[in-house]
Amino acid sequence: MELQKYAGSILLPDTDVVFRNIKNAKRFAIDIGGSLTKIAYYSTVSHRKVLYNAEKDSAASVDGKDYQYESSETERLHFVKFETKYIEHCLDFIRNHLVFSKESMAGKSIKATGGGAYKYAELIQQKLGLTVEKEDEIGSLIKGCNFLLRNIPDEQFSYSRHEDPEYRFINTEPHIFPYLLVNIGSGVSIMKVEADDKYDRIGGTSMGGGTFWGLGSLLTKAKGFDELLQLASEGDHRNVDLLVKDIYGGDYSALGLTGGIIASSFGKAMHHGHTKNDDSPGFSEADIARSLLFTVSNDIGQIASLYAMLHGLKRVYFGGYFLRNHPVSMHTISFAINYWSRGAVQALFLRHEGYLGAIGAFLRGAEECDTEKYSWGENYAGSSGLQSPLPHPPVGGWPGGTIDQLEIDRCDQQLTFFPLLAHPEEYVPDAVDLTKDKEARDYWLSCFESSLGSFVNRAISSQPNSPDSKERANKFRDKYLQRLHNLKNHPFAYGNLTVRSLLDMREHCLNEFDFPDPYLQQKKLENENALKLLKNHLDFLDGLDYNKRQETLIRGVLAGNVFDWGAKEVVELMEKGLGFKEAADKLQVRPWLHDDLDAWINRQQQSPYRCAVIFLDNSGCDVVLGIIPFVRELLLRGTRVVLCANSKPALNDVTAEELTMLMKQVTAVCPIISKHLENYTLCIRESGQASPCLDLSRLPLSLVDEIVQWGCDLVVMEGMGRAIHTNLLTPLTCDSLKLAVIKNRWLAHRLGGDMFSVMCKYETGSKKVSGEFSITNSVSTAAS
Amino acid sequence: MPVEDKSVIEENVAKIPVGSIQAANGHAGSISFRSKSTMEMNGSNGHQTSHDSTPSMPWFGMDIGGTLTKLVYFEPTDLSEAEEESEVETIKNIRRYLKSNSAYGETGHRDAHLQMEKLRVGNRTGTLHFIRFPTSEMPQFLELSKSKGMATLASTICATGGGAYKFEEDFQREVNLTLHKFDELDCLIHGIEYIEDNNMDRECYYFLNPRNEETCEKVTFDFSDPYPFLVVNIGSGVSILAAYGPDNYRRVSGTSLGGGTFLGLSCLLTGCKTFEEAIELAAKGNNENVDKLVRDIYGGDYDRFGLSGDIVASSFGHMNSAEKRAKVSREDLACATLITITNNIGSIARMVAANEKIEKVLFVGNFLRVNPISMKLLSHAMDFWSGGQLKAIFLEHEGYFGAVGCMLELMRTGDAMASS
Repeated sequence: MELQKYAGSILLPDTDVVFRNIKNAKRFAIDIGGSLTKIAYYSTVSHRKVLYNAEKDSAASVDGKDYQYESSETERLHFVKFETKYIEHCLDFIRNHLVFSKESMAGKSIKATGGGAYKYAELIQQKLGLTVEKEDEIGSLIKGCNFLLRNIPDEQFSYSRHEDPEYRFINTEPHIFPYLLVNIGSGVSIMKVEADDKYDRIGGTSMGGGTFWGLGSLLTKAKGFDELLQLASEGDHRNVDLLVKDIYGGDYSALGLTGGIIASSFGKAMHHGHTKNDDSPGFSEADIARSLLFTVSNDIGQIASLYAMLHGLKRVYFGGYFLRNHPVSMHTISFAINYWSRGAVQALFLRHEGYLGAIGAFLRGAEECDTEKYSWGENYAGSSGLQSPLPHPPVGGWPGGTIDQLEIDRCDQQLTFFPLLAHPEEYVPDAVDLTKDKEARDYWLSCFESSLGSFVNRAISSQPNSPDSKERANKFRDKYLQRLHNLKNHPFAYGNLTVRSLLDMREHCLNEFDFPDPYLQQKKLENENALKLLKNHLDFLDGLDYNKRQETLIRGVLAGNVFDWGAKEVVELMEKGLGFKEAADKLQVRPWLHDDLDAWINRQQQSPYRCAVIFLDNSGCDVVLGIIPFVRELLLRGTRVVLCANSKPALNDVTAEELTMLMKQVTAVCPIISKHLENYTLCIRESGQASPCLDLSRLPLSLVDEIVQWGCDLVVMEGMGRAIHTNLLTPLTCDSLKLAVIKNRWLAHRLGGDMFSVMCKYETGSKKVSGEFSITNSVSTAAS
Repeated sequence: MPVEDKSVIEENVAKIPVGSIQAANGHAGSISFRSKSTMEMNGSNGHQTSHDSTPSMPWFGMDIGGTLTKLVYFEPTDLSEAEEESEVETIKNIRRYLKSNSAYGETGHRDAHLQMEKLRVGNRTGTLHFIRFPTSEMPQFLELSKSKGMATLASTICATGGGAYKFEEDFQREVNLTLHKFDELDCLIHGIEYIEDNNMDRECYYFLNPRNEETCEKVTFDFSDPYPFLVVNIGSGVSILAAYGPDNYRRVSGTSLGGGTFLGLSCLLTGCKTFEEAIELAAKGNNENVDKLVRDIYGGDYDRFGLSGDIVASSFGHMNSAEKRAKVSREDLACATLITITNNIGSIARMVAANEKIEKVLFVGNFLRVNPISMKLLSHAMDFWSGGQLKAIFLEHEGYFGAVGCMLELMRTGDAMASS
């Protein structure tokens, strides 16, 4: 097959150095704290994108000239955190790497927040030529917090050091307000946030990070905040604090105070130097640091819970430099909040708490960029995870070390919750949480690692004319492997670890190294081959009686679903050559693993659905021979159909753009499809996804509006990614049909079946969660 | 005590948790003693009571805290000649020893200015003495008690506070005294109510204009209609109780940042040895050399949220700078420590009061002894942050209420307990 001209002008982001992609930076914001500084910059990343030529007719497609690569720009927000003491080196670095000259910056401004904004204003002006505009700290924090809560999945979590898993992530919620935000900087500010523009500082305390740092500097030899935290994690506060048992000799059970509870912080320190000859006080500097950390964290937790209870708020978020996602501090605060509120208030932490101010300040300066009219997503390839800083080499006078960074990509549209979720506030796409389930985690991590080689090969062969495809593919492999290995030790690094997050991370890494669509030719080839069989297949179906046809249509979707280049075992079959009929023969014999086929056929004898939304899976046989006949039947019965395909490529899944091209060819074969496309009773829509899975909390707003407008009363989800890894357990308010063939032997066994087991789950819409189905139970068990 | 007998009995019976704790410590049955003796207790307010029910002398109440042990001793001044003659020599010795000294050993003190005279306790009239010593000196105290012949009295002593549990065995072994333990919060509340009733015109006070040295005035507070009120007991740690009515109270909060934290940190930071020394240092220091104020961060007031520039934004916030550390004095550090701890207690007390919808906040405990800085700070904080809603009230007998309440328990349970 002839390949497209390589778009050579693309410059990949420099992946080895900090301040990635800084050369294209267009806008900056900075949050300068006493110990840490966060820089935010807005940049564009060049991507190769497949551009279809819609004018070409179907005949021309055979020689592969109906598309070409095009260089396109993606908007990306970068955040980098570094120690304030290196601020000068960092500013130098930025200046030296900007494409724009210092002069061109004249007249432009940089939004600055944090305590150091005044102190360093002149330096910034001098180094970058930007005018410094000071932004209100609290306003920035809240703006940043709202942004993260809305845009970044699994941003918030609760923490308990003695539980497994320690981290419990909470997916984005449709309603983020009201909440309490406790910002622990030098001091502590407590804000009640009721809406984007409605918030107030309702209190605070002067015992904050500065107290820990200041007292720690007086009482220990630790240099700097981090050393102090490190010291604290080595100490034992019981040598310094007076515990209940030191006073009582045991528990004080009348008040439910166990012996280990601290009765008086530093209560044992008063005997220090009591006798002049006794120079061993009985505690070390580490013990002091630990006690200090407990004292401050406990106090903040208590005060925060008092404010939360007084204002009737259940959720308390924490930000500011003090926490840094440090386990001891988070645990102490959580414990204090839970203890003092008797469980009524929940302490919640943010994966990116350090960036709140920088994000908020940036957004304030970027209002004209319409940043808030779009949704954003975390880029797993560019972001360092929780407790997973990335190594960086020395930069000028800035010594090498590790660095935390966050990259978020702008989505092409605003995303929102699927309107037919029964419980949007509880929605979690994933059926299994690998953070909790060690067996599943071990399996999937090794599965993704062992199949990596074939992806590298696929990526290289998808760009045979590129001189550096091999080099880039190897970089892709290294990066993804590094991520997988880190996830073994830190499964919580990017929120809940799920099959979906592993798949998405792989896509992000492929994109990072300019492999936008490794299955491009494969998808095209399969579509063409399947199209050749469509006419005969439709004729065959038309010859069947009604009930038999309904069954065969479902079997067709399932047979089509076997063609999945993401499933290792099937890939081997497909490489040898697999036909549609053969695939149908592979399917499990009825009764299936989950078999609602009869119920579905029964339903098909009743009044037709008003509008069906179908989330598609693979290209080729799947969409052409499985989905299209199924859709045609629905259309014939008078149901409006909305076909939702991926916005961006992932594996061999059909994209909305490809589907549009494909349907042009289908119209030549099928006049029914043609008619309904013309009448808009058949529509093709982007699903907003760039993943083999489906996140129903992130669908395009325009699609959601149509779904509501057309009164959708049936949702069909197809494939392992959309109907098993995600959404299997998701109750909807309308009827739903989940169809998939299980093409992973391990998973099939786990669900109580075998390879090629069939999931045919038909549920009627309900507000209630259904727990009746055996498969639901077995998956729940597997998940727990 | 202005209470109907019946209701008190019911209250006491209802308070199973306290009784059950005592049962767990081997004193099952104490609930019924208490119910019965509540009626006797009323004898202390002038009702007729038979001599049989009063416990034998000497009458002590002891509160063994994490840092300080507080002791109250009732000296009968209405002894008849016959009584005096029949009195055991040891009791006389003890009385003479306690009365004739105001310092015991190196660290024990009698607060003569607090002593209450012509007080009716049980069926007697006498003087109540207030004595304190560091809990760490307990071995010396026991030694002294032994030398004064306490062991020969084969008596019981009522004690509360954590030390009542911790030192129980030592008392038994060293001086042959059985400690009868009482819940420290029961004792605290009863002690406050009792002292308030008997020292009516002088006990409670508040500060007028606490922030102005010239116009600041200590004013008596009329506490005759007490409920509901909050008690913030600042000892080594802090307990906060909400009292809604007689015998109707609960511990609502507390904090581990109390007097022990102040003294502990002061010792570490300044090398001082005693609470008095730490307070003296603090009085001479300036916290602005140590703390970061709002104006240090914002250059002035933080108008957006109505924060004045002279409010402390970050306690010890300047101390991460080596330069500033080099310039700071011991006095400044002690001052900042005192202000930090006090303000924190104030914040928590204020929030708890708001949550409980209570306006009167009583601050007691030995942290307030010789500590006008903290009292004035608390007065200001309560008033300012609540917009005048809350009032900080202080009591003359600061740290002794637990011990007093404990002695009252002796009166309640008396010989019934001794014979048990």
